[in-house]
Amino acid sequence: MEKLTWPQIFLAMGERFWPVWIALVITFALSIVFKRRLGLYGKLFDSPIAMVGFALVMFWVFSAFLAPMILTHAPLDQLAGMKNKPPGTALRNPDGAYPYYLLGGDTLARDVFSRMVAGSVVVIRIAPLATIFAFMVGITLGLPAGYYGGKLDTALSFVANLILAFPVILLFYLLVTPEIVQSGVPQYMAAVLFLFPIIFLVVLVNSRFYVKPAFRNFVVAAVIVIGGWLYLSTLSQPGTPLHLLPAGLDLFNIPGNTMIVFVSVVFVNSPTVFRIVRGLTFDIKSRDYVAAAQTRGEGPWYIMLWEILPNARGPLIVDFCLRIGYTTILLGVLGFFGLGLSPESPDWGSTINAGSKLIQLFPTPALAPALALMSLVLGLNLLADGLREESLKD
Amino acid sequence: MLMFLARRIVTMLLTALCLTFIVFFLTNLPPNLEKLAKQQASVRMSDAQVTSWLESHGYAQPLVTRYGEWLGVLPGWTGTDADGKATGRCYATAGAKDVPRFCGLLQGDWGWSTVFRSGVGGILATRLGATGWLMLCVLLVLIPSSLIIGILAGMREGSKLDRSLSVVSIASTSTPEYVSGVVLIVLFSSTFTGLSPILHHWGWISTPYLLKGSATSAMSHITFENFTLPVLTISLYGIGYIARMTRASMTEVMTAQYIRTARLKGVKFRNVVLKHALRNALIAPFTVIMLQIPWLLNGVVVTETLFNYKGFGWTLVQAASNNDIELLMGCSVVAVIVVLLTQLISDIGYVYLNPRIRLS
Repeated sequence: MEKLTWPQIFLAMGERFWPVWIALVITFALSIVFKRRLGLYGKLFDSPIAMVGFALVMFWVFSAFLAPMILTHAPLDQLAGMKNKPPGTALRNPDGAYPYYLLGGDTLARDVFSRMVAGSVVVIRIAPLATIFAFMVGITLGLPAGYYGGKLDTALSFVANLILAFPVILLFYLLVTPEIVQSGVPQYMAAVLFLFPIIFLVVLVNSRFYVKPAFRNFVVAAVIVIGGWLYLSTLSQPGTPLHLLPAGLDLFNIPGNTMIVFVSVVFVNSPTVFRIVRGLTFDIKSRDYVAAAQTRGEGPWYIMLWEILPNARGPLIVDFCLRIGYTTILLGVLGFFGLGLSPESPDWGSTINAGSKLIQLFPTPALAPALALMSLVLGLNLLADGLREESLKD
Repeated sequence: MLMFLARRIVTMLLTALCLTFIVFFLTNLPPNLEKLAKQQASVRMSDAQVTSWLESHGYAQPLVTRYGEWLGVLPGWTGTDADGKATGRCYATAGAKDVPRFCGLLQGDWGWSTVFRSGVGGILATRLGATGWLMLCVLLVLIPSSLIIGILAGMREGSKLDRSLSVVSIASTSTPEYVSGVVLIVLFSSTFTGLSPILHHWGWISTPYLLKGSATSAMSHITFENFTLPVLTISLYGIGYIARMTRASMTEVMTAQYIRTARLKGVKFRNVVLKHALRNALIAPFTVIMLQIPWLLNGVVVTETLFNYKGFGWTLVQAASNNDIELLMGCSVVAVIVVLLTQLISDIGYVYLNPRIRLS
């Protein structure tokens, strides 16, 4: 078969992404029709910049979820004669498989296009969740630090500044090498960091419903049992120092590599979130409604979580978007230095690293994931910018 | 002011101590030491041999003691090697004669690199020199261009120019070094794709590539050809952030009363921007630029690896991936000093530039 020309390649790629286009059209149509009833989310559709950003983000989110329908080949398949082939090369004997390598083959004769799409799955699986965890840690520690101030604040700020003074890459190298993993340090860190979401939820529910003890007890117990079980299943890993649950009770096993990458990304992000939350709390705690709640006799945690936190949501939502982008960049850095994720993993950082060795001869294996990563981060940053402008308008 | 400085310096020292101790702890975990022993002596050592190697090389002492030795507050270990000669921590750099009792950071001895097989102090000095040139060029590109973008965007808020420059800045902050580096190499230094083949075909350039995709030759002599791409790669990621901060500060200044007064008095817009607004608008970006320098350090590591420029970042990667304990400790000391010093300078500079702020 003939080699495809560039316009044909773009057409064919557009065609492969058809489920994504449909999903995007539906999302946008529904959101624009109901935008007046959707609060801040609806307001996004008033700003063209935010809409472009949202479209870019959702493009990759849908690609990640619909990846099985988009992939032309399995990301690890090596096909004969496709090593370092230029984009649009036809397969020698397709045998019913997709007859082209749309973006060419890499040094191991794998399909660059499919690996790019599969890379989005890795990012969408880790980055948002890691950012949520970092926010839980940052909020749970930042609120009391800002609200109480004093010695607690000094101590926590010192630790936060300590972590921030580390060059990120040195920290990654120290945490993610196989020797450190073997010693179990990341798992102990996970044991501490993953505790925070449970603490956060328990305190959140407890401070709200303490006036209705029966209901409160039920909800708190439910959070502790479900959260605790998830917590133990996440940590428990056969063959490591922390093997807490018997196999029957262990709900899932996260591959060791993913877990370490996840923990180190959460660890790097939390101090910054802590500083932001602490600063916002400092600012908000002198407002009248906080004084009113104090006079009413509300407990400190109620004030922090149900008076201060909701009023700090604007900057936090904006930062959340920016931080997912930053986490994506950090994941890329990890992949770029070959840390954590296995070398054959299709994540964007690892593929850029692998492709950059022969980039002057065969540009696409590195260029495709690089542009994919950039477009996702650009989308998140544009979205954050749009959100900031729209939230300032109120 | 003096009290403030003193308190800051005490905190800095404490942070530096904690940080180096954490690095020391993590690099000295048993699996790391075992790897080091196998790397240094022989890959096929038995567990017992590893233990005896560690003992004879001073790695078997308690962690805190060894940290103290590294720092120079405890005397260095001594012992005898297999041939019966006296060895010890301080013998590596001092030779056989006049071995000092203490040889740590405080005595100016940075230790011995197990990868490069030479003194850490010397390695760091040369590598930092190389990175210094890189950083100098980066700052020379980064600061003027980001300030100009920020001021142009901020002087008329909401204008077309503002909108388009803001999008440019956002795009710049979304392009990490490993992305911009890859794109720039493809555009400018590949002989098959990008601009170089076209320019070569037209006869505008004699070489088959426009710029070099490797900066190894810049170690001996820096030329436009081999240094442009690394400098651009690092700068591109930083420009957006500083430009956005400058823009925010500029828009704030442009709404101030004295700007309106100047405008109403009939001063030209040009002069209002250059003479009235600029000086006040540059206070915030100064802090941002100072705080950006440690952040550039990460960019330096990525870029030096990508362009194979053997500077500080490259050394850090080598030290970290080979678990070269003392070199890694040296690298972290340098990194910590850079981070803490820039924070201090930014705080002091902020006070100095803005007389309305007083430190108690």
